[in-house]
Amino acid sequence: MMSYFNLDTAFTLGWILIKVLLIIAPLMLAVAYLTLAERKVLGYIQDRIGPNRVGPFGLLQPIADGLKLLFKELIVPTTANRYLFVVAPILAIAPALAAWAVIPFDEGLVLSNINAGVLYILAMTSLGVYGIIIAGWASNSKYAFIGALRSAAQIISYEIAMGFALVGVLMAAGSLNLSDIVHAQAGGFWHWFWLPLLPLFVVHWISAVAETNRAPFDLAEGESEIVAGFHVEYAGMTFAVFFLAEYANMILMAVLAALFYMGGWLSPFQGIPLLEETFAFVPGIVWLLAKTSFFLFLYLWFRATFPRYRYDQLMRLGWKVFIPITFVWFVVVALMVKAQVAPWFS
Amino acid sequence: MIERLKYYLKSFLLWELLIGLKLTGKHLFARKVTVQYPEEKTPKSPRFRGLHALRRYPSGEERCIACKLCEAVCPALAITIESERRADGTRRTTRYDIDLFKCIYCGFCEESCPVDSIVETDILDYHFEKRGENIMTKDRLLAIGDKYEKDIAKAREIDAPYR
Repeated sequence: MMSYFNLDTAFTLGWILIKVLLIIAPLMLAVAYLTLAERKVLGYIQDRIGPNRVGPFGLLQPIADGLKLLFKELIVPTTANRYLFVVAPILAIAPALAAWAVIPFDEGLVLSNINAGVLYILAMTSLGVYGIIIAGWASNSKYAFIGALRSAAQIISYEIAMGFALVGVLMAAGSLNLSDIVHAQAGGFWHWFWLPLLPLFVVHWISAVAETNRAPFDLAEGESEIVAGFHVEYAGMTFAVFFLAEYANMILMAVLAALFYMGGWLSPFQGIPLLEETFAFVPGIVWLLAKTSFFLFLYLWFRATFPRYRYDQLMRLGWKVFIPITFVWFVVVALMVKAQVAPWFS
Repeated sequence: MIERLKYYLKSFLLWELLIGLKLTGKHLFARKVTVQYPEEKTPKSPRFRGLHALRRYPSGEERCIACKLCEAVCPALAITIESERRADGTRRTTRYDIDLFKCIYCGFCEESCPVDSIVETDILDYHFEKRGENIMTKDRLLAIGDKYEKDIAKAREIDAPYR
């Protein structure tokens, strides 16, 4: 019994804890600055400047926002279920953070290199919806309840389209391990999976936007119809935790898109004689972050461009357009893999 | 048939969404229209109707003769005037209050004034910190007039040819 708690185990646990912190701390910082980037990008697209009063270029704005939320009163409505009300934000953020365990940031730079990484990610992102449903239910408010129902239906519908899009990636890579999926794309920009899996890539990315309840699929929030949806009754830090979870999920989806379709940490110049040597000094994590930033920018760009979907349109798109497209492309991918089409499957 | 095919092709290529993205993408780099308010201000007309002021003659004598035309014309009944006969025999106000919460900044008081005493300056950013400060008394109005006489006179001069 005592042998489980020797120094070795303690050391291993401590080391893992440090690694977890090394992932979560930059992630939280990224979330904070993603909110600033969002306001800046939206501002620029609307011919405005965006926040620029707190610190140079508004760089301290997220910190001011965070402090404000931290000091606000936590309000629990009298009719709410107190226990579930407090547990819901934790349930929302825990899977959003846990999913990062299997993300490879560079060659071998991964907390837990498990073989069923994609399944683990799917499991974690699906769990996130419980936080939202429970928040809507525990609030005992009609807006929150409607928002939670919409959110649940939406996430479940798009989970299917996204899962099917991932099946295409699995067929192409022949592995569920995220590092192996990246390795399968080795060889530069034209070897990445975005090209042979282009329809799946588009389906996956649009589903990712829908999964994270972002515009134009933000029906769960729908501030013009149901105020703020599932988190309408939340204030202060409990609200902030939902906010963190949403943005952590956004970053997660962006990283996943980069890993599955854009070659992860691989340099886009692989195999191009002169450029490859010139950019050889750039560490892989920089490429991954650059690709992730691109996808995050797409999130903001979409939000600034597209009006919100109507609910029936949303369901039609998920069930009657995306799922059939993925089915058709399975056949194409299968044929390509069987025929060993160069340069991806040879 | 061809039309239908074209329609499907367009919707599957997300053609119109890309056009929308192109438009917003252009605006990302467009010139920004923000006016950074306390440091930058948009130009104001010399006829701008802001905070009120009572003016004086260059001799230092207050212009207002308590004719009460402004009080009569004020559509919001924001002006209250009381007057008396001063020692030198002229008629002057003892009280000249403007309730800024009632005032609708129509500028009729300025239009009606025969001696150009009550004016509306171009001051638009002011605030009250205590209850009751919204009532501008004669002293405060005269103080504003003294402080901004130069700006007031200049704005009147620019506008004079059009009146």
